[in-house]
Amino acid sequence: MTFSQELEARFAKMIGNYPPGRQKGALIPMLLYAQDDIGQITDELIDEVSKRLSVKRVEIEEVLGYYTMLHREKRGRRHVQICTNVSCMLRGGEELWEHARGKLGIGNKQTTADGSISLEEVECIGACSWAPAILVNYDFHFNVTPESLDELIDGLRTKQ
Amino acid sequence: MAELVTLTIDGKQTTAEKGTLVIEAAKKVGIEIPAFCYYEGYSLQAACRMCLVEVEKMPKLQPGCTLPAAEGMVVMTDSPKVVEARKSTLEFLLTNHPLDCPVCDKGGECELQDMVFRYGAGESRFTEIKHHANEKQWSPMVYYDPARCILCYRCIRVCDEGLGVGALGLTHRGVQAEITPSNGDHLECDECGMCIDVCPVGALTSGTYRYKSRPWEMNHVGTICTHCSNGCKTTLSIRNGEIMRANNRDQSGINGEFLCAKGRFGYDFVHSEERLQTPLVRKDGQLVEASWSEALSLVAKKFAEVKARRGKFGVVGSARTTNEEAYYLQKFARQGLGTANVDHRRSGDVASLLNALSGRRDALATVADLYTAKAALVVGADLAQQHPLLAFQLRANHRHHGSATYVVSRGPVREDSYAARSVRARAGEEIGALEQSRAELSKHASVVILYGDAVKGADVAKLVAFGDSLGVEVKYVCLMDYSNSRGAWDMGLTHEYGPGYKAAGERGLSLPEMLAATDLDVVWAVGANPLETAGLASKDAFVVVQELFLTETARRADVVLPAASAYEKNGTVTNTCGEVQRLKAGAKVMGTKTDLEIMGLLAKEMGLDLGIWAPEKVFEEIRRTVGGYNVQLPIIVTGGAAPTQPVNGGLSVLPDASLVRSAEDTLFTSGSLGRYSKMLNAAMEAPGKLYKE
Repeated sequence: MTFSQELEARFAKMIGNYPPGRQKGALIPMLLYAQDDIGQITDELIDEVSKRLSVKRVEIEEVLGYYTMLHREKRGRRHVQICTNVSCMLRGGEELWEHARGKLGIGNKQTTADGSISLEEVECIGACSWAPAILVNYDFHFNVTPESLDELIDGLRTKQ
Repeated sequence: MAELVTLTIDGKQTTAEKGTLVIEAAKKVGIEIPAFCYYEGYSLQAACRMCLVEVEKMPKLQPGCTLPAAEGMVVMTDSPKVVEARKSTLEFLLTNHPLDCPVCDKGGECELQDMVFRYGAGESRFTEIKHHANEKQWSPMVYYDPARCILCYRCIRVCDEGLGVGALGLTHRGVQAEITPSNGDHLECDECGMCIDVCPVGALTSGTYRYKSRPWEMNHVGTICTHCSNGCKTTLSIRNGEIMRANNRDQSGINGEFLCAKGRFGYDFVHSEERLQTPLVRKDGQLVEASWSEALSLVAKKFAEVKARRGKFGVVGSARTTNEEAYYLQKFARQGLGTANVDHRRSGDVASLLNALSGRRDALATVADLYTAKAALVVGADLAQQHPLLAFQLRANHRHHGSATYVVSRGPVREDSYAARSVRARAGEEIGALEQSRAELSKHASVVILYGDAVKGADVAKLVAFGDSLGVEVKYVCLMDYSNSRGAWDMGLTHEYGPGYKAAGERGLSLPEMLAATDLDVVWAVGANPLETAGLASKDAFVVVQELFLTETARRADVVLPAASAYEKNGTVTNTCGEVQRLKAGAKVMGTKTDLEIMGLLAKEMGLDLGIWAPEKVFEEIRRTVGGYNVQLPIIVTGGAAPTQPVNGGLSVLPDASLVRSAEDTLFTSGSLGRYSKMLNAAMEAPGKLYKE
């Protein structure tokens, strides 16, 4: 399969970072960045990565099953991840989570009908000092309230 | 010698080589440290926490399976802390483990049951609903029940490290963690079933055995696999004469616990509904059922009549019947019928090797040598496909001892992945390609050279000359196809040689010559199917066939005598390395007789004196008269493998190399037997292909 030029360049640099025979180390970042481009981990992608890094298919399945950030299902263009772990929960994370579900009309690991937004309840994202926190793709949003969440989601919808 | 350390385990002082794991050191002084994930010969995992021991001056309990013994170490395997830890570990393992022991295949021989019985707590504090996941079928051979799985990683390691396949992995986390096959929802692999075998619980179950029987209802008979020439010991579990499963859990024999798909699942041909169970006699052009006495007397009468008028016989032997049967058949033909037309289908040129090695002792490699030699050279064979045990041995040798493997083959093989050098050479050009590995090979203290059917005749002598020129200790293996391919040669089932490679007095017809001859009066095929690929030119020949199935040859026969398979026989077979092992009858199929008994009864009917036809008696005669077969009886009687020696002195006649051709069976084919194994044919990978990418 073919990737965009930027992604190819990124892969080339990444693979070069590992000593000879240890290219396997590039597995997780490769999957992650490819997922950003494609929106999900496809069978085709698994085959391609397995070929490029000489990793068995089943080894990739092991990684996919273990890491929740890697998705076999198609995600929305904006992936909203709401933390409900201890610090965020104490500061209203669970209310945020319920609010987001109500507003978007979708559940955990589901995507809106137009494919723009997907939702996931996640464990600690390392932003406890500014709880409750939300992660949209790679961008953090801190001290989120139901009102600021509404704003954020509306913004995401119009941004496309 | 390695440095020794002294340590104390449960008050017993012992010495061990530095680096020995505590679990092994304890075993040596008779102390069991229980473990699930620890498995001798495979990488360490420390996943199950069952082997925790208390070590003086160490603040926490230590896993005995990864802890190397050290000087002055004081280990306690039975302290209150350890006992408590074991109870807790087992309590955890049982939180989601279903209590379906009454219907589980493993019930009665389950390591988890045994551990809980011995070390477990009497009660559990968990009241939550058990996490359940449904059973999955991965292939016709392998089923997986995630709920029973204790995640010990044994199956993953045996597949990856032992077989070099790596078809299993572990996905997801926590209670959802489970074993996943190579293709997501199904397996694409060797289907060897080793994963089922090493599974300590009933998580991996066998397509042939699951929900069929309880372990204690069966008798376990150790015999030799009847498929390829490697001669794996297999333990048949028999209930009421029927084979319920095959494995080698007691790890006896040259293969330890190794078995491939054919050994583990390919026994089902024995109970195929297509098995012949009554003699057939041709009447008015049709094969019709007849009694044994009618069929035998018809054959005996015909044989006697043709012999009396000095008519021509053609006798075709098998590469699967026992040594005793092969010996008896050639004796019957040469002495009883007075014909020199005796042959079988050959798959490796061992006569040229024995000729080249004449006078040497210990120049034939045993299966065990493949695990200890410093290097191996595989010429003209796809070892992992054609000779799974030998490939397994080489891989284990590489893994444990860092041995080097060199390959000369016409296409890619699995050995390439770890070979020190792989050379591609077209069939017939292998000898020339050896030179490329010469310099490296001569650096190893001991080398085993294995060669397939591509090397024959004068090339075998060249190969031995190449081996001699390396200046190191070299042993050889002539690779052949079937369970007694080697024995058929040794017993004199060739037109060139009598037993022990003594030149046959009068030169008879070879197998292709017999088929092409137009004037044969009788063709007698014992366990052979020569008409599968060729026609019989003697249109009026009276054809007698001893067979398990109505093969192409049997369909042409005038009399078909239903024969017993190797799993229903006593006797001996010789594997491709020249090691003699004992067959023990396990299964029973009504209506059949062993080939030896059939021949004995025919001899009696004809009034011939060919000696008693009991296998033990015939083997006694073989030990006395066949060169190299004066093997030690106690080894064979106790189920061991006794190596034969090359003949003493060169052969006065060289074999016809053009007759040597391997059938190139894969992991899923096995000549005419394989055709009648439903399991082998059901594999998605069947029939498979040699030298594939």
